[in-house]
Amino acid sequence: MPEPRWATRRALSAVDRDARTRILAALARRFGDLDLAEDVLQDALAQALQTWPERGIPDTPEAWLMTTAKRKALDIVRRESVLAQKLARLRIEDELTPVSSSLADPADRVARDGEVSIPDDRLELFFACAHPALGLDDRIALTLRFVAGLSSAEVAHALLVPVPTMQQRIVRAKARIRTMGVPFRLPNETEFQARLAPVQRVLYLLFAEGYTRSAGSIHVRDDLTSEAIRLTTVLHALLPDSSETKALLALMLLTEARRPARTDSEERPIPLANQDRALWDHELLAAGLAHAESAAARGIGTYTIQASIAAVHSEAESFADTDWDQISVLYGLLEQHEPGPVVRMGKAIARGRARGASEGLRLLDELADEPALVRYRPFHIARAVTLEELGRSAEAMAAYRRALELPGNAAEDAFILSTIGEL
Amino acid sequence: MKYALLLMGHIDDPACGEEGGASPEEFFAFDKEITDAGVVVSSFALEDPEHGVTVSSDESGERVTSSGPYAEVNEFVGGTYIIEVANIDEAIEWAKKSPGSEPGGHVEVRPVAPY
Repeated sequence: MPEPRWATRRALSAVDRDARTRILAALARRFGDLDLAEDVLQDALAQALQTWPERGIPDTPEAWLMTTAKRKALDIVRRESVLAQKLARLRIEDELTPVSSSLADPADRVARDGEVSIPDDRLELFFACAHPALGLDDRIALTLRFVAGLSSAEVAHALLVPVPTMQQRIVRAKARIRTMGVPFRLPNETEFQARLAPVQRVLYLLFAEGYTRSAGSIHVRDDLTSEAIRLTTVLHALLPDSSETKALLALMLLTEARRPARTDSEERPIPLANQDRALWDHELLAAGLAHAESAAARGIGTYTIQASIAAVHSEAESFADTDWDQISVLYGLLEQHEPGPVVRMGKAIARGRARGASEGLRLLDELADEPALVRYRPFHIARAVTLEELGRSAEAMAAYRRALELPGNAAEDAFILSTIGEL
Repeated sequence: MKYALLLMGHIDDPACGEEGGASPEEFFAFDKEITDAGVVVSSFALEDPEHGVTVSSDESGERVTSSGPYAEVNEFVGGTYIIEVANIDEAIEWAKKSPGSEPGGHVEVRPVAPY
């Protein structure tokens, strides 16, 4: 029976980004080719727009799309011998047997039989997009493009890269996946943990970039942080036993909970010390704390420690009430897992809070020659705040000025300028 | 897919068999393991770069022959395996097992172009 076009469009939009990613992941895994998977999914969507208004909307649109896309992929593979050889290697030759022509549309048959089984191969897609054979920028771009299902333009916008540059990066990264033979398979047991780390790292960096923009006019990109939380929630659902993934989710939720208090009405950042904690999102805090506790009970790792630090902050009634001793112990632990100047900076700040500003300044100044911190804005802001607390206004001013010279977003610039004005 | 495992060395590092370098026995054991696994298409080991000759072109385009490796390059290929495995993960696994990736060396994994 014919159906109006709007009904088809509505049915298609109900196949959300998650569902499309599942279909894409299943196709990529089956055919070992991301380009092919992407093309045939697009074709299937186009065919749906054409045929559903005439033949009716299938009971299970996802299954129809999956079957149609798969059949289109098989058609292409039969025509292209290079791909056929590849498939032979993947040992799915049996799929190459042409379907009997009496059954005009196998997609219709599947939709009729009501058989819905789209395997969830998104984990494989996560691992392929964050493969160590790819550069870090490529991993982030591919994860946003294919696992999150954003368009190249959206990815470009999210990462503050010109659209043509991002399109080119994605095309090259896809070519690299193909040429290098990056598999859409899970790593074996011995490699699994080591390979999970870059997947988590991509999500962490996505969140961090959304949380504090490295450039541009605004301080926070909520769409990017929620995308990171969404993807981490998916990863956590796929790997419920991974305590570090659980902890990563906890860290994001606890951090995101402070969002309503983090910027003023003009979108300028408000430091943790001055935030109105009543504005914190208590639902997110509760969810984050529950995850953080359950992760910490299972093991220890960099995200578990960072989530514990965020949990200590979230449990404090006020900035002054914060258990800085515990936070500096946790930073010490973090340093053992992930040594680096930024972690040591966190430790110095926490120790300073626990033992007084002059000790804090001494510890920060010990780090002043670290190449990674010389050009790191938060380091100079931390020094400025500490100097300010010690009443050394002129030096505080110089430190704020130094911070202002370094890369950061414009909202942060405005915050620093107004602080200088108040000094 | 076919991959080349290029077993690289650095001229300043201890040579195979020297103190601090991987021992020939380790290479023989690895060779047996990878050969027994049935993934080797071909393989070879090279004499040290000092036994090599470099043929290149001078400014006027004339071919010139000089003794030893190309002077500016301190890294050299010590040996190569061409292997046929399912994907890069398996190739990387072999590279990790190779004594060539022990401290002082590294293994470059490169897909073999299909033409």
